[in-house]
Amino acid sequence: MFVSKARIFNETPINPRRCLHILTKIIYLLNQGEHFGTTEATEAFFAMTRLFQSNDQTLRRMCYLTIKEMANISEDVIIVTSSLTKDMTGKEDVYRGPAIRALCRITDTTMLQAIERYMKQAIVDKVPSVSSSALVSSLHMVKMSFDVVKRWVNEAQEAASSDNIMVQYHALGLLYHLRKNDRLAVTKMLNKFTKSGLKSPFAYCMMIRIASKLLEETEGGHDSPLFDFIESCLRNKHEMVVYEAASAIVHMPNCTARELAPAVSVLQLFCSSPKAALRYAAVRTLNKVAMKHPSAVTACNLDLENLITDSNRSIATLAITTLLKTGSESSVDRLMKQISSFVSEISDEFKVVVVQAISALCQKYPRKHSVMMNFLSNMLRDDGGFEYKRAIVDCIISIIEENPESKETGLAHLCEFIEDCEHTVLATKILHLLGKEGPRTPTPSKYIRFIFNRVVLESEAVRAAAVSALAKFGAQNDDLLPSVLVLMKRCMMDSDDEVRDRATFYMNVLQQKQKALNAAYIFNGLSVSVPGLEKSLHQYTLEPSEKPFDMKTVPLATAPITEQKTEIAPVATSKLPEKLAPSRQDIYQEQLAAIPEFKGLGPLFKSSEPVQLTEAETEYVVRCIKHTFANHMIFQFDCTNTLNDQLLQRVLVQMEPSEAYEVLNYVPAPSLPYSQPSSCYSLVRLPEDDPTAVSCTFSCTMKYLVRDCDPNTGEPDDDGYDDEYVLEDLEVTVADHIQKVLKPNFGAAWDEIGDDNEKEETFALATVRTLDEAVNNIISFLGMQPCERSDKVPENKNSHVLFLAGVFRGGHDVLVRARLALADGVTMQVTVRSTDENVVDVILASVG
Amino acid sequence: MNTVVCSANSFAALCYSSRYFPTAANQPEVSHIHRKWLTSALKNKYYDDTYPTVKEQKAFEKNIFNKTHRTDSEIALLEGLTVVYKSNIDLYFYVIGSSHENELMLMSVLNCLFDSLSQMLRKNVEKRALLENMEGLFLAIDEIVDGGVILESDPQQVVHRVALRGDDVPLTEQTVTQVLQSAKEQIKWSLLR
Repeated sequence: MFVSKARIFNETPINPRRCLHILTKIIYLLNQGEHFGTTEATEAFFAMTRLFQSNDQTLRRMCYLTIKEMANISEDVIIVTSSLTKDMTGKEDVYRGPAIRALCRITDTTMLQAIERYMKQAIVDKVPSVSSSALVSSLHMVKMSFDVVKRWVNEAQEAASSDNIMVQYHALGLLYHLRKNDRLAVTKMLNKFTKSGLKSPFAYCMMIRIASKLLEETEGGHDSPLFDFIESCLRNKHEMVVYEAASAIVHMPNCTARELAPAVSVLQLFCSSPKAALRYAAVRTLNKVAMKHPSAVTACNLDLENLITDSNRSIATLAITTLLKTGSESSVDRLMKQISSFVSEISDEFKVVVVQAISALCQKYPRKHSVMMNFLSNMLRDDGGFEYKRAIVDCIISIIEENPESKETGLAHLCEFIEDCEHTVLATKILHLLGKEGPRTPTPSKYIRFIFNRVVLESEAVRAAAVSALAKFGAQNDDLLPSVLVLMKRCMMDSDDEVRDRATFYMNVLQQKQKALNAAYIFNGLSVSVPGLEKSLHQYTLEPSEKPFDMKTVPLATAPITEQKTEIAPVATSKLPEKLAPSRQDIYQEQLAAIPEFKGLGPLFKSSEPVQLTEAETEYVVRCIKHTFANHMIFQFDCTNTLNDQLLQRVLVQMEPSEAYEVLNYVPAPSLPYSQPSSCYSLVRLPEDDPTAVSCTFSCTMKYLVRDCDPNTGEPDDDGYDDEYVLEDLEVTVADHIQKVLKPNFGAAWDEIGDDNEKEETFALATVRTLDEAVNNIISFLGMQPCERSDKVPENKNSHVLFLAGVFRGGHDVLVRARLALADGVTMQVTVRSTDENVVDVILASVG
Repeated sequence: MNTVVCSANSFAALCYSSRYFPTAANQPEVSHIHRKWLTSALKNKYYDDTYPTVKEQKAFEKNIFNKTHRTDSEIALLEGLTVVYKSNIDLYFYVIGSSHENELMLMSVLNCLFDSLSQMLRKNVEKRALLENMEGLFLAIDEIVDGGVILESDPQQVVHRVALRGDDVPLTEQTVTQVLQSAKEQIKWSLLR
């Protein structure tokens, strides 16, 4: 259709008005997302090129726009290069800027070199629009042809001292992007321009961002000149700059209250500004401050209360949530009332913000839980999207976990919610929680009805979850067992396979009436890694053998599914897709299996967190990851060479063990060029005759062949020399032999293992002052998973019981119960149970 | 019902830091102010890939319009993006950016856009006038934002650079109604004087 219209372009003489009209239509359609075929677009494009003959200014400008819009859909757009080059170097200033931008849009790296000379001239042109256009276009080109644009640094430098504010801003932007990998150059640039002062508020904002980024990277203290610069911007005459500086200070990690004070006071001034955007910006930033330093914001409470009635609902919501964080216990009721008056008018994003604020408040004032719970359940009944509902459910769940008194009300609200819940994920989550918490309440029977209703009414996934929850009631409460069995029987008629399978399985387990079976199969599920299990089973089917499949050969799940407390996440993340990435350990398993030297070690049992073996700023940076197998350990050394005039070859780390560990094999990294990390490995056999020797210290030395090379070309010399580099010692501790496993029902697991291999010992921890500290020390020392939320010590108690669960190398379950008492120092009575006697000894020996 | 939406990267957002992008891995290098310049009927321009398909863009625009057209406040947070907006008679102008972006900077773009248009349309910022001067709108946006980078924030400069000729259309090309209209205007002005 447009091709036919485009015929008007061919009329002589050119009729600017009509052509303009058609170009406008084309651009409009392109912006609306109308699809043009390539041939159609190309034809229209070629017809359009004829319009360059006309000298009508507006028409020419519209041609540039059309070129930019069609650059991606039409073919051979580069034929207009010469026309555009002519315009950009011509006399008409009106054409030059737009022509540069259009030209750069259609240019590629090779073509760019041809127009390089003109670009350099344009950057330093005295007409601001030309210079700005050239700078901004260069900036877009940086991504594509960094090496070419890099050569324009001198011109950009000159433009940076221009009198025009926008030119200065664009030049600084380009300079920063050309130098951002070179921290020293960026620092120099900052020093230069912050001293001489800038004209453009945009440029100031950018400098503030660069400065705060540098501060963060270098972890510079707040006495550095960069911080002084940011602080000085708080006194700038442009509001934009003042706000940017305040928000930069607020976002700095570990900022003290004293440093925050000036930032908070300018934000407080903004709160009473007549401009809505400014009020919004201020209150949003204050809200962030309140998350970390509620006391710093208390001074603004009066201003914030005035904002509650703001006509802009977003501002009002932010003000309220900020007040919720800073307010006192007595003001909670009043604030809640105010929120409920307008909660239906705000967008889902803000509702989530409100819910998060309430959640934080519940932790602060546990006594107010009944008010909050009521409010939350009202919100749960209102309309809302998935994110919103999930935030509420998470909030209720966290209240239940924090506060035992609220458990029954909370569960009741959730039961009511699942009666009419369209979100499968939430329904299954709540059913799981009911299964976990319900049986331990005084009247478990009242939850059965809600759960069984799900079996009758819902989709497959929810029905299956409901069956699992029912089974937990049957296993825990003997008097409910007969009724549960009856219900199970009915579930066995279900139309869905999964539901039927689960029902049959639980039915059989429950009928055995054995505590140990219940514990193993109903309360505490499998703790293996699912991809690992899949792989092992596949392997097993490929190599048929007489032996039955052994669960112990399957690698364990690294991160047990803990109920992670949702940190108050930024609202922006709600859009990010949640991908199920393979766990870190599965990736290592893959990598190690690919190395022929490491065949036949069995499944990977545990991979440690990386340990740094060098200081941060040395010639070579080495970190080690310890991989534990049934009878061996592999040490993976990730090495980075930070010298650009050296190429390292045949890199390996020689290890000298202190105990009876035997180094079997080294796998060197063949070559280690500048700044490209590479790994070498050492294989070590664990002592077999002495199973209690779990800890060992290795002294490590990195050995390699150095070849000097030209830092510019990277070309290495022909011959090199051997050299070595001493690394820090590497420790292997008991934690490396134990994998964390979460037992959702610790008591059941404790009984399941039994007291055959139980040992008990008492220790005095003299150096530890608080229970919290003791608990954290034990957890990190043993590397085991705390269960039943026992890692949290209630306030004002002087005794505590910590439950830890794990699996020892070789697949033996280990459970530890530590009773702690606070007197002078902490006294600890440790009881260890395991399926293997040696393991118990190992743990007690290592604790002592 | 017209809405203006435009989407862009801001120049000011060029230097990013982890505070602007807590999850750096998921974010493009350069932050995105999506400045969106409106509409179901007029012009919208996206400068990045937050909403890659037309369908998503349409849905987003509809959502924004529904959330904002009833209130006359000027700023909101939607789908994790900061939206600043302004309405005049039957037009809505929106500028949208990342929620980590400086709100005042977005505001300066919106103001520049509105002021430039209002000068170009001689204070006549309404749908009919805008439709008749669509090319002016296109050129103005082109001068204010380039590939998401703020190019100019001074409305005077923008108007100067767009350099839209006024009524110097040759008489032969005007339709009868146009001639009548301009004659009427001139008589009106001479009477008022």
